[in-house]
Amino acid sequence: MKDVTIIGAGVTGSAVARELSKYDLEITVLEKESDVCEGTSKANSGIVHSGYDAKPGTLKARFNVEGNKLIHELSKSLDFPFRENGSLVLALEEEGRAGIEELLERGRRNGVPDLRIVERDELKEMEPNVSDSAVCALYAPTGGVVCPFNMNIAFAENAADNGVAFRFNTEVISIEKKTGEDGRIFYHLETSNGSFDTRIVVNAAGVYADRFHNMVSEEKLHITPRKGQYCLMDKTVGGLVKHTLFQLPTKLGKGILVTPTVHGNLMAGPTAEDTDNPEDTSTTAEGLDTVLSRGALSVSRLPRMTITSFAGLRAHEDGGDFVIGEIKDAPGFIDAAGIESPGLTAAPAIGVYIAGIVRDLLNPSEKKDFIRTRKGIPSMALATDEERAALIAADPAYSHVICRCELVTEGEIRNAITRTLGATTVDGVKRRTRAGMGRCQAGFCLARTIPILAELLGKSEEEIEKSGAGSYYVRGNIKDNL
Amino acid sequence: MEIRELTCIRCPIGCHITVEMENGEVKSITGNSCPRGEEYASSEVTHPERTVTSLVRLKGGERPVVSVKTDGNVPKEKMMDVVKALKDIELDAPVRIGDVACEDIAGCGVRVVVTSNVG
Amino acid sequence: MKRDLVIIGGGPAGLAAAVSARKEGLEDILIIERDTRLGGILNQCIHNGFGLHTFKEELTGPEYAARYITQVEDEKIPYLLDTMVVDISYDESTGDKKVTAMNSRDGLFTIDARSVILAMGCRERPRGALNIPGYRPAGIYSAGTAQYYVNMEGRMPGKKVVILGSGDIGLIMARRMTYEGARVLCVAELQPYSGGLKRNIVQCLDDFGIPLLLSHTVVDIMGKRRVEGVTIAEVDENRKPIPGTEVFYECDTLLLSCGLIPENELSNKLGVRMNPVTGGAVVNESLETSIPGVYACGNVLHVHDLVDYVSGEASEAGKNAVRFLKSEDAAEDDGDVINIRTENGVRYTVPSTVRISKMPDTLTVRFRVGNEYRDKNLAVYLDGKQLMKLPKRVMAPGEMEQIILVKSKAQEIISGAENREHELVIRVEDKE
Repeated sequence: MKDVTIIGAGVTGSAVARELSKYDLEITVLEKESDVCEGTSKANSGIVHSGYDAKPGTLKARFNVEGNKLIHELSKSLDFPFRENGSLVLALEEEGRAGIEELLERGRRNGVPDLRIVERDELKEMEPNVSDSAVCALYAPTGGVVCPFNMNIAFAENAADNGVAFRFNTEVISIEKKTGEDGRIFYHLETSNGSFDTRIVVNAAGVYADRFHNMVSEEKLHITPRKGQYCLMDKTVGGLVKHTLFQLPTKLGKGILVTPTVHGNLMAGPTAEDTDNPEDTSTTAEGLDTVLSRGALSVSRLPRMTITSFAGLRAHEDGGDFVIGEIKDAPGFIDAAGIESPGLTAAPAIGVYIAGIVRDLLNPSEKKDFIRTRKGIPSMALATDEERAALIAADPAYSHVICRCELVTEGEIRNAITRTLGATTVDGVKRRTRAGMGRCQAGFCLARTIPILAELLGKSEEEIEKSGAGSYYVRGNIKDNL
Repeated sequence: MEIRELTCIRCPIGCHITVEMENGEVKSITGNSCPRGEEYASSEVTHPERTVTSLVRLKGGERPVVSVKTDGNVPKEKMMDVVKALKDIELDAPVRIGDVACEDIAGCGVRVVVTSNVG
Repeated sequence: MKRDLVIIGGGPAGLAAAVSARKEGLEDILIIERDTRLGGILNQCIHNGFGLHTFKEELTGPEYAARYITQVEDEKIPYLLDTMVVDISYDESTGDKKVTAMNSRDGLFTIDARSVILAMGCRERPRGALNIPGYRPAGIYSAGTAQYYVNMEGRMPGKKVVILGSGDIGLIMARRMTYEGARVLCVAELQPYSGGLKRNIVQCLDDFGIPLLLSHTVVDIMGKRRVEGVTIAEVDENRKPIPGTEVFYECDTLLLSCGLIPENELSNKLGVRMNPVTGGAVVNESLETSIPGVYACGNVLHVHDLVDYVSGEASEAGKNAVRFLKSEDAAEDDGDVINIRTENGVRYTVPSTVRISKMPDTLTVRFRVGNEYRDKNLAVYLDGKQLMKLPKRVMAPGEMEQIILVKSKAQEIISGAENREHELVIRVEDKE
């Protein structure tokens, strides 16, 4: 019997795991994909919201503001890229001013620090490339950008370092509420990879969370996967804007944001399109058009320098708020459902909150040897010349460049594969090191990354996949089919 | 009467050449704008030839394959026979440019030679 | 470490530049190559068609590279392999260029170079540049990646292939994949004309019955894990897909051959002025960038279609670098300068400025046009006077064009002018 089973190794599940790993508990994370950060967590805006957007009194408002503070600290102790670049919500017409003032008021009630309205002249000074039609903006200095992959990975690695077990390629098929001989309730989980009995279930299954909730409760949830499409642009135009530029929602719909990423690219998105397929992460011509044309409203000229486009799915629950907490008619089953924006920001706060619920239920003792910090993979691209020389001196593999666009070396890739919860796929290496994320999009480094994965995992190159079962690259040799 | 349509490849203009044939013999060539086009079209319809470039397997080398070419042209219809015949050839490293991989490939009477230096 | 000339890149451009600089008598040269061997991308271009201009015979890529590598070896020109240049900076006071590089033997090290030749080549345009909708599964490769797998590793990136883009690498890969046992279903090209050479269309597609679909593009990619198929549609004159023309092709592989981009990461770090049209540096008649003593040649300067032109250009760069080193203390040039302006169909020129005093007796000006033109004139004007008018049967974006400027003729026209700045205009014109 396990103490806690967490469904989903996305940012929410990993944040919960990391918080719970402070206690003496037997914890398992079940993930249907081959790696952490494979669903909603890998395809979003990467924005750390300040917290003015959500209605006061909602869970979204509470966990957003708390999460923002936590990310400021955790980015240091868990060593993941975060930058407080500040956000601006633009009013693109004079009628928008009322909306900006409303957001300011909302933000103050939510407890967001240092919010203020900036007028056109100051706005132009802050963002020389902002659209001429912008009349004023709400400025939120605590807004930031984060590497969504490495934040998720950092939580998971630190949890694993503190004893949490992660089981990948393990899809939960059914959950049954049972009562043991001792009269206590427990849950029986059937998965694609064995069955588990557990006291506590934490449901952090993203767009599938309603499915698992509804297996144990009469009070049904309904989640709609809401697709968001994005265009990521070349680093040469990453400096177009310094802040994250949001648009005040208008009659045209919710705005498209334009932001620098924490790694210095420029990004625009997302669209908001409801779908009934929780696996539909395809982009569409219309969607990408919308991103570029509506994104262009915020800036004087949006350069057409897209290096890749992608789509992610947000888990939108009918009620519109996060659904977090123990289910009334399923004691010990804890939801972290409907985690859409600002879910990435809120994740660490949700982790703390859910850990509190579990602590109250199980009364575990605190771990004496809890490892509080985690060190990320060194980055040759960001290192100073002195640091570079030191890294190479310690391991010459740090001089061998695999990804030329992002300057990622063999040393970094080896580190990514051999560390705690190391990468097992090409995408896993990419999310951990940025190899293949540059402007050639792995055209060169793919064929150099695969052999390193094969060597360190003891597999053949043909067995190395992009992101899990069936996503193979090379098969067979020349002339086999002649 | 058989009509053959060709795109001339002798220069970037890419003339569309029409060749009229009768019993395998060229009757007329039109559409070309220079004598080189006529020469191309005539050889292309009577005995088209190509140089084939491909790979053979390499044993004990720093790479598992090495590039080769036919040392001269082979009949166009023999191209796939040539690459199929290359399937059975394996060379031992090291190899140098010009090494002969095969004396007579697919009965074309043409040698196959190595085109890369591989240690 | 100090060096007279550092050449960044040991591909066709870097090799030819090095050989030419040595022939001009320069001793102190260093080539820095990031790969494990010299030759650059030619090593994986195992098809033939190289060298017709330079060697008057038809060679494969590795053979062409070997001709230059042999010269580098014979001349004992030093080179570093497996060595990545990570930074270059320019010290205006000393004129030195500081090149920072790293490899496993020497760690991180810097070289103070009196002159530098940028010869880093280019890379392929990725899918994102085309904004192709659909899923992002395994099985989507740039044509060059597939070429590496097949030609260098002997492995098959797929068995049933659709190719998007009719650039030369895409056309070449259609034949290569067919030769090695794959089925190539078609080549789709967004433009109404091909970006590749005519002979590649004939010998790589027509020979094997592979259809070339002009004015077509991929509008959807199916398959969550591995490519399962693509949908191709015809496009209208605005390159927008025409509804109702979609055709689904079942395949496991999509190759992209959608153009090349000069790889100028280092040039940008160095701060040389760039040309937004070519994606390469702005250079003068000596192929010198905006930073004195820094030259650019080959595909890092502008994308070429024939390696012979790369070698020719790089030889000039090598020669000019030596000239710079020999006369470094020469006074600032304040003579006549011709600025080249392009219009009406001509997209860019290399070089874009010409200093008359430094101009050789004849200067090759290379350029590309932006559209397919038939039966037009190519007109060249200097300070408003017609310098030449060349009748052209066909000009296409895929084929690089050139004109030869004769120094004496240019001097004749500008000799009477009061101004030191002159304008040369190159344009496409209708025939009367």
